[in-house]
Amino acid sequence: MQQTRRSVIKAGGALGLLALAGTALLKPGRAHAAWNQSAFEAKSAIDAMKALGMGNAEESKDIVIRAPDIAENGAVVPIDVTSNIPGTTSISVFIEKNPFPYTGTFDFAAGSVPFVHLRAKMGETSPVRVVVAAGGKHYTTAKEVKVTIGGCGG
Amino acid sequence: MADPMKIRATVEGDVTDVRVLMAHPMETGQRSQGGKKVPLHFIQNITAQLNGKTVFSADISQAISRNPVFAFKVKGAKAGDKITVIWKDNKGESRTDETTVRGGS
Repeated sequence: MQQTRRSVIKAGGALGLLALAGTALLKPGRAHAAWNQSAFEAKSAIDAMKALGMGNAEESKDIVIRAPDIAENGAVVPIDVTSNIPGTTSISVFIEKNPFPYTGTFDFAAGSVPFVHLRAKMGETSPVRVVVAAGGKHYTTAKEVKVTIGGCGG
Repeated sequence: MADPMKIRATVEGDVTDVRVLMAHPMETGQRSQGGKKVPLHFIQNITAQLNGKTVFSADISQAISRNPVFAFKVKGAKAGDKITVIWKDNKGESRTDETTVRGGS
């Protein structure tokens, strides 16, 4: 009995070590301590938002997302985000149907305007969700972007 | 060593428009080449400074397109001020480039 228990623990330990080694191999030298790995590895937008403490974001009309209604090339989808919410400190972008929806957070120090332009990859048609942090609260809105795969257009 | 970034900073009134083009493959880890998965290789962190003071920063994922382009806006910069952009990727590589703010046309 004791023997079995020991070997189980040993096996577990070895597995744990392997898992650790695997993570280290996949992510050598994570340059930035604040890079929120659990949010970036979340498979749904809401899980990523929760990992970032944004799970309770409320809908807002003061966030403007400019992105194409139809993107013919999912490899490069231009997205402009402007926040008209006073005291905006960051803009986070989630592409809900991507394998890992959390695309990034853009932080504005005093001296920059709450606007960002980025170009993202989209695997399929998906809502692009934006969460704005302002005055310790979170606000969100989303815009659907259709992705035409195959390159022949609609 | 990665190729230099292309940075353009143009001041118009009180707001400076900064556009950055970075040379990076932004591999998602999901693409195969010759039957082998190409490992994850992407920029994770970007910092932009105006005269040495951080004004804009970002944590990003592999979902950003290859050879990433970003634009942002800085307040209070004048022609001749220095804009520095730094990126770091998941393999510990990094690159720092700078430009001077130009007056608008």
